[in-house]
Parts: sequence; structure tokens; C-alpha cells
Amino acid sequence: MINSKKEKLELSKRAGSVPTNLWQTLCKSNNARIGFTLFLTLSALCFIGPFFIPHSYETTQLSIGASAPSVVHLFGTDVLGRDLLIRTLVGGQISIFVGFLATAVALIIGTTYGMIAGYVGKKTDALMMRFVDTLYALPFTIMVILLTVLFGRSLVLIFLAIGAVEWLTLARIVRGETRNIKTQAFVQAAQLNGLPHHQIITKHILRNLISPVIVFATLTIPSVILLESVISFLGLGVQAPLASWGSLINEGAQKFDVYPWLLIFPSIFFSLTILSLNFIGDAFRDAFDPVL
Amino acid sequence: MKFSFTLIIPLLISLFLSMACTPAQTNVERGISEQVLYIGIGAEPEGLDPHLVSGVTEHYVLLSLFEGLTTVDPKTLEILPGVAESWTLSEEGLTYTFHLDSEAHWSNGDPVTAHDFAFSYQRILSPKLGAPYAYMLYPIKGAEAFHKGQTDSFSTVGVKAIDAQTLEIELHSVTPYFLSLPTHFTWWPVHPPTILKHGSMVDRISKWTQPKHFVGNGPFALKSWRLNNGIRVVRNSHYREADSVKLNGIEFLPINLETEERAFRAGQVHITSGVPTARIDWYRANRPENIRFDPYLGVYYYLVNTEKAPLSDKRVRQALAYAINRESLVNYVLKGGQKPAYHFTPPNTGGFTAEQSFTYDPDKARTLLTEAGFPNGENFPEIELLYNTSESHKIVAEAIQQMWKQELGITIRLHNQEWKVYLDSRQKGEFDIARAAWIGDYLDPYTFLGLGISDSGNNHSGWKDLEFDQLLYETTQTLESGQRFELFQKAEDRLIEAMPFIPIYFYVRSLLIDRSVDGWHSNILDYHPYQFISLSAKD
Amino acid sequence: MLQLSIRRLAQAIPTLWIIATLTFILMQLTPGGPFDQEKPVTPEIKKLIEAHYGMDKPIHEQYIQFIVKRLQGDFGPSYKYAGWDVDEIIAQAFPVSLELGLYALIIAILIGVPLGILSALFHKKPMEIVFMSLALIGICLPAFVLGPLLLLVFSTELGWFNPFGWNSFSDRILPAFTLGLFYASFIARLTRSGTLDVLKHPYIQTARAKGLSKIRILFVHTLRSALSPVVSYLGPAVAGMISGSFVVETLFFIPGLGSFFVNSAFNRDDTMVMGTVLFYAALIILFNLIVDLIQIWMNPKLNRD
Repeated sequence: MINSKKEKLELSKRAGSVPTNLWQTLCKSNNARIGFTLFLTLSALCFIGPFFIPHSYETTQLSIGASAPSVVHLFGTDVLGRDLLIRTLVGGQISIFVGFLATAVALIIGTTYGMIAGYVGKKTDALMMRFVDTLYALPFTIMVILLTVLFGRSLVLIFLAIGAVEWLTLARIVRGETRNIKTQAFVQAAQLNGLPHHQIITKHILRNLISPVIVFATLTIPSVILLESVISFLGLGVQAPLASWGSLINEGAQKFDVYPWLLIFPSIFFSLTILSLNFIGDAFRDAFDPVL
Repeated sequence: MKFSFTLIIPLLISLFLSMACTPAQTNVERGISEQVLYIGIGAEPEGLDPHLVSGVTEHYVLLSLFEGLTTVDPKTLEILPGVAESWTLSEEGLTYTFHLDSEAHWSNGDPVTAHDFAFSYQRILSPKLGAPYAYMLYPIKGAEAFHKGQTDSFSTVGVKAIDAQTLEIELHSVTPYFLSLPTHFTWWPVHPPTILKHGSMVDRISKWTQPKHFVGNGPFALKSWRLNNGIRVVRNSHYREADSVKLNGIEFLPINLETEERAFRAGQVHITSGVPTARIDWYRANRPENIRFDPYLGVYYYLVNTEKAPLSDKRVRQALAYAINRESLVNYVLKGGQKPAYHFTPPNTGGFTAEQSFTYDPDKARTLLTEAGFPNGENFPEIELLYNTSESHKIVAEAIQQMWKQELGITIRLHNQEWKVYLDSRQKGEFDIARAAWIGDYLDPYTFLGLGISDSGNNHSGWKDLEFDQLLYETTQTLESGQRFELFQKAEDRLIEAMPFIPIYFYVRSLLIDRSVDGWHSNILDYHPYQFISLSAKD
Repeated sequence: MLQLSIRRLAQAIPTLWIIATLTFILMQLTPGGPFDQEKPVTPEIKKLIEAHYGMDKPIHEQYIQFIVKRLQGDFGPSYKYAGWDVDEIIAQAFPVSLELGLYALIIAILIGVPLGILSALFHKKPMEIVFMSLALIGICLPAFVLGPLLLLVFSTELGWFNPFGWNSFSDRILPAFTLGLFYASFIARLTRSGTLDVLKHPYIQTARAKGLSKIRILFVHTLRSALSPVVSYLGPAVAGMISGSFVVETLFFIPGLGSFFVNSAFNRDDTMVMGTVLFYAALIILFNLIVDLIQIWMNPKLNRD
């Protein structure tokens, strides 16, 4: 079992919440450098690139149809003869925007909720977790359809709909971890020492939750990006002729053995984004975790 | 230890792969040797009760399980004897007497009698059953009144079983296309004892269509049915012409379009329900013998809400219609041999082909729009084009939106809704322009033009034209087809002039078919009786 | 632990009741009914059809009748598929989804956990990037991309597998991979971070100082607590896996439950929606209970709470 003396020694180390030299640590990290470079390049391409491309994402050239990559259309064209490069870049704007914002919403709700449930425990925990179970079970499709009918089409609703599902699993993970951390000696020592609850939560619990939360967040962003296309399908998300990565990949997947470029290029952007986010996530994780 | 992990994964993968076996025989090959047809039907049928279903998918399956008084020669579309081996028509043309084939039996061996037909027609016309297509029987005298609950007595309806072999049907008025009606599933008989064993005559919720209970009178009998997995039918030895049936069984597979196409390429189905658009060019180039385009009785159109400005102005609607380049849409986007639509009734609907009364004319469209007060699309309010979510509707909408933008300078927002929400919006008139389609119920222009009648439940455009209504009414008062076609043409002209429906293209049914299939003839009715189909290996 | 289980099962009843009630309200509010079609039936006929299903009664009567029926274990007939009862459909489709889900789960764990541990062991070494990229495949290639890709390679090109169906054992492999790889990514990443967290723990360092090998420490001491976030994640994930996947079922033509979840909502097949929702809810509650039990087994101190 854990040696209590050691544990107390460790306590002082672990209590220091956000490391003061976070940025320094980040800058030193290889992962951070790779991740940020990749991500900033992709973002710059998506948000600035379109100004330099002499095509429009909506103008069709029916007689060209789906054409393979060429000098004029670097990524080729889709079935309506639209330039795939600009469609991918403009779609990236939506996907990155929605992905980050919705994930942030889910992150804040899920972490707070799960932490409270796990820390307070007992009946509060039971009640809060049964509420999560309830939300899990409610039919998502019907809820999204209802939202479209009640409020029409708006970007805020996408976050609402995505946020409503994405925070649930995170809340469960955070709650489980909080319960585990709570049983550890250093938290119990802090409680005995009369440290107020909010300080225990911010200093000890949150600190030790960072790792799974960051991992989950970096994986939630791609899930959100794909979920957005499902929501658009139900009539709530972005409107044609605008297309997000999710819908471009979805379309491409149906036609890829005939027009492979329709799948390959959006997928590359999507995958590189995921990769860069995971590099960044790992770097953050390491930076928060200076013990080793 | 470290290395064992790196080894485990490839090991597991190769273990899985070694268990994978190449299917020794494809369904197509097995089908040929066993005379079993594997056919994709696209979606799960909503049921197997011919009086309760309404779709094309159900038709494909039911055609193997039931037979009406008459049937259709798939090659010539000539009416052939079905359960009725012969019939006579009274002199005034109002009473048909059908003589049933004494060889006709239900799949449990019972003979098919005229009483069974009377029972079936009473069943489908009973208001309580709520049969969606009961109106198909309205040509029978008194049927409409009985169905609408104006009388409770079925004896007022012109259906009479004279004896077990003789059925008399009295019509409401002379109906030239009457003999083609019994080929539709609403006119097919159900087995009364089976129905009554599992509920009352008018019970919708009944277990009689389960394979263990099912009794039908078609060339095949229901063997097994599992949702989303397939319906299997086998040769019905009691069928009246059981000896002439060549297939031993049929497997109906409710597979979606992309999976179906993949299955076809792998030799797992003989016939598909459709072809994914992206694949059409490939089949045309590489396997032209496998792809078919059959004309189909349907029109794809944009429904305009004529009660909302600026669409209330006829010139705006015309401008929108004239600015659509249908040729380019059909050739480059749809690719499946669809016909550009410049009138509403599909060509050759019951012999009638409307005259084309407008063309693709962007100049004229611009002039009209200027006259309506929107030169170069200036000040044109932002309006919406509504479509139900689907890849193909989206593509058409995106293409047309750009045509309007480029030719007329107007921007129209696209808006997609989930299917039932879309139906609801359309019903309530909550749209500016909505994608719509109409598939004919029977071979007569009325099935299309009737849509424009002021009090038609399906005319959501808000357009009302008394003269149009009068023209259509007159078509029901005459029998002479030349005269009727003239009236239909006049109605077409009025419809196209007012443009509440902007016709876009006429449907085509595209499908993939293996060369081993014999006896599958393309026809406008999409009617393929399975007793005429067989399978044989081709080299 | 027995006490916990009993308490949770007791909580399940009001939870299910609330879920049923909310779903009932949602279905009432959603526009469009099960009998709306492109060619609509006349309003009179629609009323008659609805009368068959008791949909003509006032809402509160419908609600009471609905709750009473469910309590009797009667889920009613499907509105969409005439002649089928909801419980028949679930009974027919669930075993398929369960089987597929279990294979997918096995694949997800067999790939995810080793990959996560490996990348933790190679932390800050070049090999880590390789393991990370491998772990992310399931996320970068969602099922609707991965499925067709696997089909193209292993079915169309190599001819090793049937392109569709659910008949022989080999028909299980591609769908299970398609479904499982997504979860494998989550498991791998969570395992990695959990392992890293535990490895830096002082007692591990003590053990290492004592000369115990990293691997031995890993398996004897750390894996249990390192996997704690994975276990939390797996509760809802397993419920999701075994209740069917619409995408995978459609791609491979598998008669599972997933397509009923999705299509019942589109068809407004109210009884079917209710049946699938309650079924799924029961699974969620069950698996979250199992997760909590496993957590207690892994960390017995939790039991004191």
C-alpha cells in the first residue's frame, strides 16, 4: 500500500495547480511544436486560403462534372463541377468552428457536472447520474427534428444539439475518476486539514482529472465534426451548397470507388486536424504533469 | 514481453483472415442451378396485406404471392386472364361477368371462389379498415358511397358472387381501362378464413401475414420473412398454372442502393432495385449489357406556393421555369436517361403525349422577370427552396439554384427538412418553392392532371382555376379517347401557362440485371410477373 | 455491492418511467405521423387508421393506456410494419446486434488496450508517433468510410468476404472491425493516458527503484487503476455497441437493431421508438451499474461511500 509519509511529501508537489511555466514547458515539447505548426497551417489554409482561390464554392459547371485533380482544380471537382479545393477549405471553417465550440461547451458542462456528482456523492450523485442516463436514452433524432421545427435553422442550435449528447460520456468518466481520486490519501489528508471544498476540487481533483479530460476532448472534436453532418442531414446544420468536412466525407465515401478524390482530400484535412489536435493534447497533458 | 504485443495484433488479424473463406458459389450461380431468383427491392416492405400497402416495394413482393382477376403480358402489356379465365361485358358496357378458373387455388389448397373476391372487395372498401388505396375500386357502382360510410350495406355495391365460379361487377360508369384495374394489388383477393382466423374482416393489426399463417393465391407461397433480412417465397404447388412456373423460389432482399450495387458486382443478386448515380457511367462503359433504363410513369417537379409574393405573379413562376436548363441537368447530373419535362403528364400516359409548350429560354425568362419588376433580379426578395433530405434532391436543388442565380441574378436559399417534417410543411403551405414528385396510379393522364384540381388534396400550390377543373371534369364524361386527349391537352396548356408546378424531368427506372435472367421485359408499368421469369446460364 | 445493485435497480424504475414519459411527450410534439405519405390518404381515412391504434383518444387517456400497456409488458404493434409487434422485432434483431457488438468489443479491447500501453511505454520516443497514428485510425476513418474501404479491398478486390449478409462466421469479421475500430481509438488513447498517470506514481517509482521490471509493474500493479477511465467510457459505449449500429448494418445488410432505432424515428413509428428507447435505456442503466461495480472491484475504497 501507499506509504503515508511519501504520500504527504508528494502532496506538496501535486498541490501546485497549473504549472507556472506551462508555456515554457509547451514550447520545449516536440509534440506541441508539431501539433501547433500543423494545426495553424491547416487553419490558415481554411480561413485565409479561400481569398486566393479563383473559384467559388457554389458555382457549378455541370458539363465538367466530377473531374480528377488538374492544374485548374488542384483537388478536382465534385459531381456538379464545383472546385473541391475551395469546398474543402470553406468546409473546414465550419467544421473547425463547430468542432471547437461544441467541444468546449461539452467540456465545461461535462467536467463540472461529473466532478460535482463524483465529489458530493451519495444521493446527489445518484440523482445526477440518473439524469445522465435519461439524457442518454432519449431519442436523439426526434430531439433534433423537434429543435428544427421549434426554432428553425440556426448555428446556436447545432451547439445545443451536439452539446446535449457529447458531454454525457465525459461526465461519466469525470465522475468515475473524481470518485477514485477522492479516495486517495492526499485528498483525504487535505479534507482532514480543513481545506475548503472548492480548493480541494480545483487544486487536487481537477489537477488529476486533466489527463483523461484532455484525451477525451481531443477525440470529441472529430466526433463533433462528424455529428454536425448528421444534424445537417436532419435539417438543422449548415445549408447546401455550403458543405462541412463531415458532409464532404460522407458524400465522398459513397462515391469513392468511382471518384476517389472526393473522399481523399477532405479526409486528409480531417485526419491531419485530428492528428495535430492529439499532438497538442499530449503536449498539454505532459505540461500539466511535470512530475516525471 | 514487449515483442509479444507487437506480435499479437498481426497474429490475431491473420487468424481472422484465415477464417475468412471465399464464398464457393455466388448467389447468382446458385440461383441458376436451383432456379431461385435473388432480387434487391431497396427497402423493407411495410407489410404483405395487399389491402393495406401502397408502395412499389410491396408491389414487387406481392406480385409473387397473389393474383387478381386479370394479369398483364409483360412484353406487350396486353391484358391476360388471371384467376378469371374468361369474361363478358354487357351491351351497355357497365356489367362485367368474370368466369373463374376452376384450377385456381389458394396456397393451402382451397379453391379460389367468387365469394372470396366479394369478401375481399367488401374488406378493402370498409371504411374501418382504412385502406389507403381503396379509391382504386371507385369505378364499381356504389363503391365510393360505401367507402365513405354513406351506407352500411355492401349489397348496394355492384359486386355479386353469382356462384362459386362466377363474379359479376357492375360499374358506376363506362370505364374504358377497367380490365387493367384488377392487375393492381388493391384488387387482389385475400383468403377469408385466414383473415377471420386472426381477427375481424376490418382488423389492421393482424398476424395473418406471418409466414406460418399466410395464405395467398399467387404463383409463389410465403416461406420466411425476417425484417431487414429478406423475404423468401417458394413455388406454390396449388397455383392454377403451377406447371408453367419455372422458378423454384425468389429471395427478396431489402438492401440499400450502394450495398445492392456492390452485391450485384460480386454476383450476389440477379436484379437490383436501382443504380447509384455515380455508378451509371461505369456500367454504361464497362457492362452495358447489365444496365437498363425503363420509362417510368412519374414526374419530378417544383411546387410553387402561388399565394406568396413574388411567386403569386405568374411571370415570376414562368421565368423560373424557363431559366432551368433541363437538358444539362438530365445529361450531366442525373445521367440515368431521364427525360427533360416541358409539360406535366409524362409522355405516353395511356396513349397521351402532351405537346411541349415551352422551352429553355433564359432571355424570355429575364424579360418576364423584368416585367414583373425585378430587372436582373434586383430587389428580388430572398425566398427558399424546400426539399426533403436526400443526396439526389440536394444535387438537383444546388444545380437549379445556380441556374437561377446565373440566368436571372436571383439568390434562392436551399432548405432541407427531414421527410415527415417536409410533408407537414408542404401540407400547411409553409414553403415558397418545394421539391415534389408524382407517380401515376393508373395509365390515364387524369392521374397526373387531377393533381391541379382546386379541391385536390394534393394540390398544395394554392392555385385554383375553375376552367381547368371544368376541363378535367369533362374528360370523365366522355369515352372517345381523341376527344379526351384534346381536353387533357387544353388542361395541360392552362397548367403550364399558370405554372403552379414547374415540371423538371420525367422519371426513369434504372436497374441492374444479370444476363442469366430470362423473361424480364422492360415496360412502363414496371410490371414483371414472376411466372414468366426463368434463369439460365449464358456464356 | 449487492446493496448497491438492489438500490440501483430500484432507481431504474422511476428513471425508465421518466424516460418513457419524456419520449411520449417528444413524440406528441414532433410533426408528422406514422401514416403521412407523399400521396396522403384523406383525413377521414387517416382518422380511421389512427382509431385502430387508439390515437383518436384524448392525450391523457392515450398516456395512461400507454403506461399501463408497458407495465403489462405489451409494447404494441409497430405502426410501420403491419403484422409485427415491437417486442417481436426487438427479439429478432437484438441477438444479431448483441453478437456483432460483442465481436466489436473484443476487437476494440484487443486492439485498443495493447496499443495504449505500448504508446505509454514508448512515451517521448519516435515510435510513439506510429502508435498514436495507429490508434487514431478509427477516428480518422469513421464507419461510413472504413466500411466501404474494407469492402473494396477485402471483398471486391481480394474476394475474401461476402459483400453483404449475415450468414457465415466470415460475414461477422468486416462489420465487427468497422464498428470496433472507432471504440479502439478511444480505448487506446484513454489507456495510454491512464498508464502514463499511474507510471509516474511514487509507489511505482519505488518499485522500479527496487529493480522490478517496467512490464511486471505494469501488469501486477498499475493496469487496474490505469484502466479506470476506460471502464467508465465502456459503460455507455458497450450499450451503444450491442444495441446496433445503423451505419454498419446498412453497409453490410445486417438485420440488427440499429436500423430500427434510426428508422423508427424517421417513420414516426411511435410504438417502435418507445420500444427501442426503453430497451436502450435499460441497457444503459445496466451497463452503468456494471461499470460502477467494476470500479469498486478495482478500488475497494469506493465502497465506503
